[in-house]
Amino acid sequence: MRLDGKGLIDRDAPVRFHFNGKAYNGFKGDTVASALMANGVKLMGRSFKYHRPRGVMTAGSEEPNALIQVGAGNAMLPNVRATVQEIFSGLETSSQNHIGPLDRDLLSINGLFAPWLSAGFYYKTFMWPRAFWEKVYEPAIRRAAGLGRMTREASPEESEKAYAFCDVLVIGGGPAGLMAALTAARSGADVILLEETNALGGRLLSDGEMIDGLPADIWVAETEEALRDTGRVRIMTRTTATGVYDGLIFAAVERVGAHLPHTANLPRECFWRIRAGQAVLATGALERPMAFPNNDRPGIMMASAVRTYVNRYSVTPGEKVALFATNDDAHRTALELLEAGVDVAAVIDPREDATAIGDYRLHRGAEVIGSKGRQGLTEIKVRHGSNEFRIEADCLGVSGGWNPTLHLTCHQGARPIWNPDIAAFVPADDAIQGLHTAGACQGTFDTSGCLREGISAAERAIKALGKRVRKPDLPMADDQAGGHSTLWAVEGKGRAWLDFANDVTTKDVKQSAAEGFQSVEHMKRYTTQGMAPDQGKSSNIGALAVLADATGRGIPETGTTTYRPPFTPVALGTMGAGAQGKGFAPERFTTSHKAVVARGAPMIEAGLWYRPSYIPAPGETHWRQSCDREVNMVRNAVGVVDVSTLGKIEIMGPDAGAFLDFLYTNLFSTLKPGRVRYGLMLREDGHVMDDGTTACLAENHYVMTTTTAAAGQVMAHMEFVAQGLRPDLDVRFTSVTEQWAQFSVAGPRARDLLNGILDTPIDDDTFPFMQCGAARIHGVDGRLFRISFSGEHAYEVAVPSAYGDALYRDLVARAEALGGGAYGMEALNVLRLEKGFITHAEIYGRATAFDIGMQGMLSKKKDFIGKAAATRPGLLDDDRERLVGLKPVGPVKELTAGAHLFEPDADSTRVNDLGYVTSVGYSPTLGHFIGLGFLKNGPNRIGHHIKMVDHLRGVTAEVEICDPVFFDKDGGRARG
Amino acid sequence: MHIPCPHCGDRDQREFSIRGHAVGLDRPEGEVWSDDWHNFIHLRENPAGRTEELWYHGGGCGAWLVVERNTVTHKVYGTRLASEGRT
Repeated sequence: MRLDGKGLIDRDAPVRFHFNGKAYNGFKGDTVASALMANGVKLMGRSFKYHRPRGVMTAGSEEPNALIQVGAGNAMLPNVRATVQEIFSGLETSSQNHIGPLDRDLLSINGLFAPWLSAGFYYKTFMWPRAFWEKVYEPAIRRAAGLGRMTREASPEESEKAYAFCDVLVIGGGPAGLMAALTAARSGADVILLEETNALGGRLLSDGEMIDGLPADIWVAETEEALRDTGRVRIMTRTTATGVYDGLIFAAVERVGAHLPHTANLPRECFWRIRAGQAVLATGALERPMAFPNNDRPGIMMASAVRTYVNRYSVTPGEKVALFATNDDAHRTALELLEAGVDVAAVIDPREDATAIGDYRLHRGAEVIGSKGRQGLTEIKVRHGSNEFRIEADCLGVSGGWNPTLHLTCHQGARPIWNPDIAAFVPADDAIQGLHTAGACQGTFDTSGCLREGISAAERAIKALGKRVRKPDLPMADDQAGGHSTLWAVEGKGRAWLDFANDVTTKDVKQSAAEGFQSVEHMKRYTTQGMAPDQGKSSNIGALAVLADATGRGIPETGTTTYRPPFTPVALGTMGAGAQGKGFAPERFTTSHKAVVARGAPMIEAGLWYRPSYIPAPGETHWRQSCDREVNMVRNAVGVVDVSTLGKIEIMGPDAGAFLDFLYTNLFSTLKPGRVRYGLMLREDGHVMDDGTTACLAENHYVMTTTTAAAGQVMAHMEFVAQGLRPDLDVRFTSVTEQWAQFSVAGPRARDLLNGILDTPIDDDTFPFMQCGAARIHGVDGRLFRISFSGEHAYEVAVPSAYGDALYRDLVARAEALGGGAYGMEALNVLRLEKGFITHAEIYGRATAFDIGMQGMLSKKKDFIGKAAATRPGLLDDDRERLVGLKPVGPVKELTAGAHLFEPDADSTRVNDLGYVTSVGYSPTLGHFIGLGFLKNGPNRIGHHIKMVDHLRGVTAEVEICDPVFFDKDGGRARG
Repeated sequence: MHIPCPHCGDRDQREFSIRGHAVGLDRPEGEVWSDDWHNFIHLRENPAGRTEELWYHGGGCGAWLVVERNTVTHKVYGTRLASEGRT
């Protein structure tokens, strides 16, 4: 029911929204919870296990009961707390976890089975038959238990991520946080102030206090103005700090557009990483419930939440409100209610010495022992000594005291300390270096104390930053926290809930202890207490107290479970913002990309690069047709392919040659300007890292190529060698991969093609095999290399990237005029396989130079990376798996990569494994499949037949072991 | 964790990649396999506490650094360029 004259809602801004398909009216500033409450809606959801009717319990992010689904279609988000979600026009919400209408949930029958659904139920019941688990039990349990539902489709409402930096981060915009921010800002620090709700003030907006003679909300507004006046404070409302990580890096979630109708380019949430020099934690405290029989009915909520709804949202959760509290603070709620004109049915206080502070009925030394009301509270049952009586009430405010919100202080492993004076855990000193606690989150509950500690926490932070402190005056405020006692659970008939979200009762915790699960961590897992979306914010300490009682230990000896991030649930879409789809990995495109895509080429990923698989010609319906044609084209005419993705590293300096000698197994310092050499690079452990060609462009000036896959690794390796191992060498190098567009022109007519575009034509004398040099191409300064990965007479021509697209199109057009054309990765692979050239399919990290038959490239004249390790006897054993060629000779003509090799008459089992196939392709040149693979003692078995078995694809073939070079063994085509 | 790069200043850990203990700078003399080589390639101390490691500022200036840090608290005591040697 809406109240008059109070609250921070904007009565001039009515808002219409939907809950379970029905329209409701509220005001701007309302949450779903407060707006539904104003409309008399008490039932907001069903409990996790027993499907009990549940209503709102808190007024904040700790809410265990009122979890709803928000949004429609694929934007629907489950498990949103109705106490956090602000309403806006067009907002669609619905309750979750019920079959049929919310008020007649068919699954509430689970409640009748409660005696069998106790702690450890799943472990004990669904043991057999084993096959039933996946097919019967689990689907049924998942249907009946659990909370919201997912759409399983990507949400159209995207979130964002962002980074921020500050000198002092203040978490919490209540009295302590406001004073901390003001102190830090006035002392010259750049401050970020995080506030979880939509407005600064914290409990000051709920409690109706006076500060410096002003109503608290006016004082908050003035302080906010003062903060803004400093020009140093970034105030972020609707932002929750969810975790703290090494080096004072905080994760925080800002609800950017979650309270507004969906608009393009406005993210739903933003995931912040905030790096702070120092931080102040001023997160306040959470009121804790007490366990008494049937304490989970809609209408039973926290006493402080009642006060928040009355003062902040101007709505009363009941017309006849009773209170059950162990402390003076809750008596204030009675006063606030009376002042708002709400009937206070009674205050039940277990303390014998409690005193009424207003005109309401007080039952001292009494306890609530039960409740009635099927879908909403109608009466409570009270026990006073031996006397039991009923009180009519539609709302019961409960307060068992306050638990400091110290969660973040435990995120790096620190354990909280039990403070018997306030019967609560408080943060350990220096739990997190640089994070200073202030106010209620460290157990200081009076407003004056919170204000004072805000100043002093900021003072410590400012001193740690080495700045001079300029303190604001301490405002005048209430300095009484009030008396209290503790009561965790009331004995009585019926279930008494501890964890409302996961339906865990005092009986479950006692049973856990009785069955031997006495450690708090075991109890948690056995009962699932604290494992719901609220992570036990309202139940952990109560459950722990009941466990301590059941095991005869004290609370500090029992200890707490581990507080882990995130503090509140974070949607995965928010945490992973920007990393969906194309955002997951950046794309690198070559300059020829548009041209090949325009020709209908399917693109394949090569690392982050995209390269054409093949370039289909009209009428071709199968990739093999295209591939075979492209191979034949290169062998018989001329083909063009973009090779810009290979790593290109420019190396210069007086010691460049010596540096290359140290990197490569073979000599490079002897390479003359204008010449290119193939090189092999090892890791220090003697295995092959990479291979490629390096060209000497001029004295002390080289350009190295790496494979596409290893470009980054080789660059980092070279940096390490140059800086870490050989700082004595005077050499400089840089990656130029993206600066040059480079194309291979391969085939018998390659030179004919090139001479059409080179300003100065070439011939075998001026440009023999393995020659390189500057070249002018259509008047553009470029580079020319006569190198071949196809075995044909071939060149690589490089121009600055800006000319890449134009040159590629020109090269392809000229190739087509000569009976050739563009080719792709499939043909490139077949061409290199025919020549026995290796790729990272062969040099995959476990192969040595010996394994690939290149031991002759290990220079004896110099030291190089990997030299010592490559001489280890185990790496030179004939029986190692070594590179061979393979071709089918039996009735099965297919080879498959990944297949294993066995003796023809041996069982195809692991113990008989002799090796494996690394690459295969169909050679149109030879008219059959060819492959490369590694085989034990392979080179000595050439000519023998062996069995290839692919267990995955079900292929078995008889193959002949042959030399890896299938075509043009003497290399005459490339040289000629 | 933040790593103070001698070139770039205090930078986020995600700009760096780790290579392991700084013993990786102590490449042995000699081109034949020996116990020294075995130690250099395969054996690493793995202390819980203060240690020296090699980090590569690949997302920044490309410098290899020797980072002295605590593996338990992640406190960084100091950094220097790997090109300056181990000690």
